Amino acid sequence: MATIILFAPLIGAIICGFGWRLIGEKAGQVITTSLVFLAAALSWWIFLTFDGETQRIVILRWIESGTLGSEWAIRLDRLTAIMLVVVNSVSALVHLYSFGYMAHDENWHEGEHYKARFFAYLSFFTFAMLTLVTADNLVQMFFGWEGVGVASYLLIGFYYRKPSANAAAIKAFVVNRVGDFGFALGIMALFFLTDSIRFDDVFAAAPSLAETNLTFLWSEWNAANLVGVLLFIGAMGKSAQLILHTWLPDAMEGPTPVSALIHAATMVTAGVFLVCRMSPLYEYAPQATAFITVLGATTAFFAATVGLVQNDIKRVIAYSTCSQLGYMFVAAGVGVYPVAMFHLFTHAFFKAMLFLGAGSVIHATHHEQDMRNYGGLRKKIPLTFWAMMIGTLAITGVGIPLTHYGFAGFLSKDAVIESAYVGSSYAFWLLVIAACFTSFYSWRLMFMTFYGESRAHGHAQDHHNGAVHETHGHDDHHHEPHESPLVMLIPLGVLALGAVFSGMIWYKVFFGDETALRNWFGMEVAAHGDTAAHGAEAPAEAHGDAAAADTEGGTMPATDHGAAAHGIAAAPKGALLMLPFTPEEQALVDSRLDAAKVAKAEHAPTTMINAAHLVPAWVKVSPFVAMLIGFAVAWLFYIRRPDLPGRLAAQQRPLYLFLLNKWYFDELYDWVFVRPAKWLGSFLWRRGDGAVIDGTINGVAMGIIPFFTRLAGRAQSGYLFHYAFAMVLGIVILVTWMTLFGGAK
Amino acid sequence: MENQLLSIITFLPLVAALILALFLRGDDVAARNGAKWLALFTTSATFVISLFVLLRFDPSNTGFQFVEERQWILGLTYKMGVDGISILFVMLTTFLMPITIWSCWNVEHRVKEYMIAFLVLETLMLGVFMALDLVLFYLFFEAGLIPMFLIIGIWGGKDRIYAAFKFFLYTFLGSVLMLVAMIAMYMDAGTTDIVKLLTHNFGSETFSLLGIHVVGGLQTLLFLAFFASFAVKMPMWPVHTWLPDAHVQAPTAGSVVLAAILLKMGGYGFLRFSLPMFPVGSDVMAPLVLWLSAIAIVYTSLVALAQTDMKKLIAYSSVAHMGYVTMGIFAANQQGVDGAIFQMLSHGFISGALFLCVGVIYDRMHTREIDAYGGLVNRMPAYALVFMFFTMANVGLPGTSGFIGEFLTLVGVFQVNTWVAAVATTGVILSAAYALWLYRRVVFGDLIKEALKSITDMDRREKAIFAPLIAMTLILGVYPSLVTDIIGPSVAALVSDYHAALPADPAALAMH
Repeated sequence: MATIILFAPLIGAIICGFGWRLIGEKAGQVITTSLVFLAAALSWWIFLTFDGETQRIVILRWIESGTLGSEWAIRLDRLTAIMLVVVNSVSALVHLYSFGYMAHDENWHEGEHYKARFFAYLSFFTFAMLTLVTADNLVQMFFGWEGVGVASYLLIGFYYRKPSANAAAIKAFVVNRVGDFGFALGIMALFFLTDSIRFDDVFAAAPSLAETNLTFLWSEWNAANLVGVLLFIGAMGKSAQLILHTWLPDAMEGPTPVSALIHAATMVTAGVFLVCRMSPLYEYAPQATAFITVLGATTAFFAATVGLVQNDIKRVIAYSTCSQLGYMFVAAGVGVYPVAMFHLFTHAFFKAMLFLGAGSVIHATHHEQDMRNYGGLRKKIPLTFWAMMIGTLAITGVGIPLTHYGFAGFLSKDAVIESAYVGSSYAFWLLVIAACFTSFYSWRLMFMTFYGESRAHGHAQDHHNGAVHETHGHDDHHHEPHESPLVMLIPLGVLALGAVFSGMIWYKVFFGDETALRNWFGMEVAAHGDTAAHGAEAPAEAHGDAAAADTEGGTMPATDHGAAAHGIAAAPKGALLMLPFTPEEQALVDSRLDAAKVAKAEHAPTTMINAAHLVPAWVKVSPFVAMLIGFAVAWLFYIRRPDLPGRLAAQQRPLYLFLLNKWYFDELYDWVFVRPAKWLGSFLWRRGDGAVIDGTINGVAMGIIPFFTRLAGRAQSGYLFHYAFAMVLGIVILVTWMTLFGGAK
Repeated sequence: MENQLLSIITFLPLVAALILALFLRGDDVAARNGAKWLALFTTSATFVISLFVLLRFDPSNTGFQFVEERQWILGLTYKMGVDGISILFVMLTTFLMPITIWSCWNVEHRVKEYMIAFLVLETLMLGVFMALDLVLFYLFFEAGLIPMFLIIGIWGGKDRIYAAFKFFLYTFLGSVLMLVAMIAMYMDAGTTDIVKLLTHNFGSETFSLLGIHVVGGLQTLLFLAFFASFAVKMPMWPVHTWLPDAHVQAPTAGSVVLAAILLKMGGYGFLRFSLPMFPVGSDVMAPLVLWLSAIAIVYTSLVALAQTDMKKLIAYSSVAHMGYVTMGIFAANQQGVDGAIFQMLSHGFISGALFLCVGVIYDRMHTREIDAYGGLVNRMPAYALVFMFFTMANVGLPGTSGFIGEFLTLVGVFQVNTWVAAVATTGVILSAAYALWLYRRVVFGDLIKEALKSITDMDRREKAIFAPLIAMTLILGVYPSLVTDIIGPSVAALVSDYHAALPADPAALAMH
């Protein structure tokens, strides 16, 4: 069944991409969409019936070289099941939505075919993403990793006539490659250390990596931490974390369904998935996870600040995505991988919905993306308005404090923040501030778009010099906004269900109850609580012994060194590994928790999940308060006193410009990397190749080139045969001489 | 038949060349077509016969197979054979030659001679990969220069004479040193039989020569002499500058053969001679080679960024990719060497296809300037697709053969030197930058230039030429075991012999 899920989108992409001339564009669209819906239905089936036992389905041999072995294979565990649902559901809905959104596109001339190509790319992306999440080894994951990169590149640059789209596409690919640089080095290091790139072997060897040192570049490193950081660099690229985030806002050049699917719900979460997938390694890499926590929190804060002042509706949501990914990384960094997955899961619903809603707005306003030219759309596109409203309630985290009732984001985001409080106060405070900003920019978006007076006509003069404007092909359209067709509204409705209920339904298994959670993820329940109090080493051994019996058939390499030689029998059971606190950690954690709650607690707070439930009440309420503050300020700025934002921007001009220009990262990179690279290339070519190398060699050849140039001046091709003859003669003489000299036998 | 199969493969093209030279008269359309069809038929037949060899080849046997040996003129020995390392280079050559011939269907200038040049070239290239005698190898290796020299010099572009001589000069200077080394080898071992030389122990005691302490002794000297020749052929930085000039001036088919096959002779040479015959010398020099490779990857990738000529850009990209090959070979472990061979085969398909891509639009517009193009996708969708495919293969996208070679060589070298691995891995970033930027400037964008408004998409012949290349790139990318199953045992033997030959204690080497 998993095999069908994996290949259905690929088949669709091939049929649609190459066969549409035969079967027609419409048929191509229908085929791709139905196949992805099929995959989505099967994914839900697997998700709901999955028992937690890791399965492995081998499809074909892949790279084999000496001890390095890898297959095309599907690894099916809870983590994969979650991602299958996320990827296929969103993809199916986006396919459907695109029927409406892409029906008329003013970027194309009359009679040009672009729809089949679009749908084929979407399905191809889905396939690549599925290979990523079903990967059974690191290289296959890397295949999916780069595959989604290519799909993203093709889709960002879908409007290939637009220079800005082309530039954004290249930027996305190259910046991602910077991340891949780290990812690839991480894979190489892992192979060097464990002699395998299969997950099971790597996981089995992880405890020993924590005690291994590796000389890498200028220094000795702890192997687990080094590999953890290298792999995380890959995650930073794909998930647009600080330093490597610059491509994501530009990626909004692509059509809006693409932004929803790739740059919000699925591809950008691949980094989070990677960290969760590698949890058996990260659990032994405390410094690497500390780095992830700090970087994630900083990104969450940074992106939220930039989101405050953007005017392009898609860029606001893009920065919001960047910020929410930071939340997920904080969760993974402090060790609550299920919470990271929980937020990934709920975020996929509400963020995809926000993007599709924004697409609906853009569609309704004839490809207008500047929120300054919106206003008062509530009445004109009411269904879109309500969808966006639900999305906003979900992302800002509306719910009933201290209970488990609320929109999806309320449950998952609060879970992240509570865990962050236990793990890192730096991350906690930044996330709370970011929650406030999130609320502000989300409501700002809502107010600017749907409330107040329509500003569409008042700004008509900006129409043709607006920077973020897409050109209008025909001018026969009316400017009156119109509600989107049903094919676009249905996906919004389905996602709205997810945005409202997904948090409440799955709260328990992602965060609420540790025993249920461990069952759900197929982990060993015994490994937590009282038995695990001996510290970090004990459960590793327990895992080893218990899981030794059911090693998946044939996964261990035939080699005698590598994983087996490290004395650990098998990988930990289940999709994730969460070790209890070490004694030092425990002391720190205890000091942060609410002592009264700890005393009453059913489970001692020996693991992050348990501890996160026992934080003081003010911590639990803080994101809610932050959300209210953000809402109030947005209301004040955009409903009550619309003149305030302008005055504040004028008063705090440097700060405003700093935020508006995204902390000047693009400019900085241009000066530090792009220009020097081009200059260096040119310099090396003209000076290095030209003057130094050719110069020297020509010089050594006693000015022989001028001689030839002179020859060349009067040479005709007839002469060439003379030279060729001379060469033959030379060889003959040499060989003869060699023979006479002693070659004869 | 069986024991002459290799000779048949090798000399069949030469026979066809002779027939053309002796019996085909005139330069009318019929004669031209006759020459083309005969060449196409011969190269195809050669490929089919070589398939028999591949089918009957036993990968588990790490020795030479299909060996032929006979006495020849002047007391020299004619000895041919293939093993797991060389057989796929033979296949690469026979596979690409029909494609190459078919790609120059539109040539009108001296067609007969053109075909003869390629047919002779095929014989010589095949000879290089099969020769099991030093003198024979040297003959094929050097003589191969001549047809290539003529192809560039007669059918090339404006500055063809300069390029042809630069090509000749660089490669020939290296060869002279190699010849001296071969004589020295003969004097030391008393035979020119490569099979025997492979088991001969060349002296590795450190001695002083002209006051210089030569670590690794004779082996190091021999290594350096061969290195001079193979490094130029690869080409390695900093002796790579002949390649861009040669490519730019060469006709399309010439570039294809040059990039896809001729460059591989250097890598093959390292595997056939340097590593197994001079293990101590290789070990002494390996750090240098690794660093030269890493520099090559970064340096030439940066230079590629600055290019304004499509062919030059791809030529520099070739040098960068060859950097992975030398790096993998001198990592001297299974992954490194497997990866190097894989990279060479894969580069044969990908770079060949990229030069064909340039050829397609050069045939139409007669310029290679990147600035002369832009927006081709609007009129040439099929071309855009093919070019995109090979651009992605060139940047080493997983799923294409380009990835496997790069990945394996990097995995190999990481085990030896993490610095080199890290520097070389930056190549994945730079290659994406220059390749996609090239693609964007040529294919994407609006079609504004007046001259391009009536450009036509690829015709059936052009599509058919790319089809086998696309197939191979994909098949090897998805199922690389096709290659690694064949080369694996031979490479394993090579690597284990290599390490067995090294002194157990590295310090002992310096003590001598």
